[in-house]
Amino acid sequence: MQKISQKSIHKYLRHDKKFPHVWCPGCSNGIVLGAVIRAIAELDLKKDNIAMVSGIGCSSRMPVYADFNTLHSLHGRAIAYATGVKMYKPEMDVVVITGDGDATAIGGNHFIHAARRNIDLTVILINNYIYGMTGGQYSPTTPHGDKATTTPYGNIDPTFDICKLAIGAGATFVARTSAYHAVETQSFIKQAFKHKGFSLVEIISACPVIYGRLNKKGDAPTMMKQMKDDVIPIKQYEKLSPEQRVNKQTRGIFINDTEKMEYTLAYQELIDSLKVPKGDSNE
Amino acid sequence: MSNNKTNPKTILMQGNEAIARGALAAGLDFFAGYPITPSTEIAEICSVELPKFGGKFIQMEDEIASISAIIGASLAGAKTMTATSGPGYSLMTEGIGFAKMTETPCVVVNVMRGGPSTGLPTKPSQSDIMQARWGNHGDAPAIALYPNSVSESYELSIRAMNLAEKYRTCVVLLSDEVLGHMREPIELPDLSQVKIVRRITPTKPPEWYQHYPDNPKYPMPKASFGEGYRFHVTGLSHDSKGFPTNRADETKILMDRLRNKIAYHIDDIVQIENYQMQDAKIAIFAAGISSRAAKEAVMMARKRGIKVGMMRPLTIWPFPDAAVRKFLGDKKAIIVPELNEGQLSLELKRVMGGIWNYEIRKTKKIEEIHRTDGLLITPDQILKSIMEVK
Repeated sequence: MQKISQKSIHKYLRHDKKFPHVWCPGCSNGIVLGAVIRAIAELDLKKDNIAMVSGIGCSSRMPVYADFNTLHSLHGRAIAYATGVKMYKPEMDVVVITGDGDATAIGGNHFIHAARRNIDLTVILINNYIYGMTGGQYSPTTPHGDKATTTPYGNIDPTFDICKLAIGAGATFVARTSAYHAVETQSFIKQAFKHKGFSLVEIISACPVIYGRLNKKGDAPTMMKQMKDDVIPIKQYEKLSPEQRVNKQTRGIFINDTEKMEYTLAYQELIDSLKVPKGDSNE
Repeated sequence: MSNNKTNPKTILMQGNEAIARGALAAGLDFFAGYPITPSTEIAEICSVELPKFGGKFIQMEDEIASISAIIGASLAGAKTMTATSGPGYSLMTEGIGFAKMTETPCVVVNVMRGGPSTGLPTKPSQSDIMQARWGNHGDAPAIALYPNSVSESYELSIRAMNLAEKYRTCVVLLSDEVLGHMREPIELPDLSQVKIVRRITPTKPPEWYQHYPDNPKYPMPKASFGEGYRFHVTGLSHDSKGFPTNRADETKILMDRLRNKIAYHIDDIVQIENYQMQDAKIAIFAAGISSRAAKEAVMMARKRGIKVGMMRPLTIWPFPDAAVRKFLGDKKAIIVPELNEGQLSLELKRVMGGIWNYEIRKTKKIEEIHRTDGLLITPDQILKSIMEVK
């Protein structure tokens, strides 16, 4: 892997007025931002050609720090806004930064339909198991039994497996890793950018200040270590007994389908098919 | 029809089709929508026409996604529209607020049907007049236009696209079930003579570019995504470069700009029609489909020797305060027929209240005709009111 220096990261950040950022100490969002930028730098994508679109939430604050065409949209709607950008300018690299609540609760509908269309969006979903920005309410991924400010007696909701949801909906590149696995995060994001079609990279992240505190998960390094132990490669997970699988998450690339037609290409084909060819009226 | 023989450009067209074709004439090249009666034909026509010249049509998963997609596309440089009716408009209001806050041009067509809730999907109404003004949360002025014929649907569709582009905001184009579905002969204009407001590309170097300039002039240069300007767009309160701010002074500049860009250009935005108002003692104040019955009632009353006129706002929002004061201030009585429970008349009373508050109550100078049963107000119904107040 090509080494991207810390200095070169600064080329992709906005420097006036934006820092210090809003994220809490120990938050994984910065790691993910670093990974996104390193992936972009490695691929040598043009800043002018990147649109970074987000919704509302902690992770969705990311675009303001990055020096791209950036859109901090409405709660849950990032993918729908991004669909508009990508449809109109298919030549742009459109990346969506979203969270578990933003993408799978309020934005669940847009998430599955963009996956169904297989439109070429790169969705970076940072899953911290909680609504952080509003102070710790449970999300569709908050583990069963866990505490949130709105599950004071423990969460009775079953959870989403976001990657399975995306695959079921028709996404063609789906991968999961954790913020602890920063190099893998960067690698998956890079592959997601290169993939022509709807790509999802779910990144399990640590929220020590809200989720961690409510559930006595320890400080940020402890939570990082926990992710190291709990988010394991698919093959390793398959060898475990059902009892051993409790609290374990898989990481890896679940699907990488390059056969399915990408949506904006399909629309371009439609446009081309309607063009009346000139000069061959005799044929 | 004899017209067809004399002018080959005169064709029979449906109201919804006129809206779609008007928008296309104004440069529409991206449409996202979701099916809803009675607006669906607009989406259908766009799905046929847009790909023919490289424009884009997409049917989204709901109305929220539709408004989101057109705002996204507009930021990428598109001229955009979506079309819906009451229930869908309710879902779009958060996005409409976002378009106003981020000053992103787009047009939302609301072909009004009976409400509340699912209501009367195949019947006309005018009950979204206030929602067009106050639908989104937070204070932001609205521009809403409301034609009363098929040919005017075409013209105001062009105008809505132009105003959205010029003032960088979401413009609402109102219609109703009858207006949307009826067919009338329409003479298509020579498009080379139609004024189209096109997006001006900035010439400043990117480091000097302000997406929200401190001293705005309309229309102004505006960058789009992918043009090298890399600006930030957020629904949060923001500064001149679009970056979020909590500061009171910067927020005040933003809120003042949103208000003043409409308030200072009311003369450019507001359009009204006066019909037989010169010598009228009684005036009818009506918009959209109800104004057609009102016009008929004026003619019927004039035959009976009663001096009646009609004032019709083509621009519902901003409300034509000055014109209302000027043309209705001296009338003996004003009749307001509308397919709702008093939305236009409420606004009329706000404007007139300053002069006539006491008198309005005492003398019933404002006579309201409401109808929300799904049927139109008839000329006879209006004539009856005229006879009562004369």
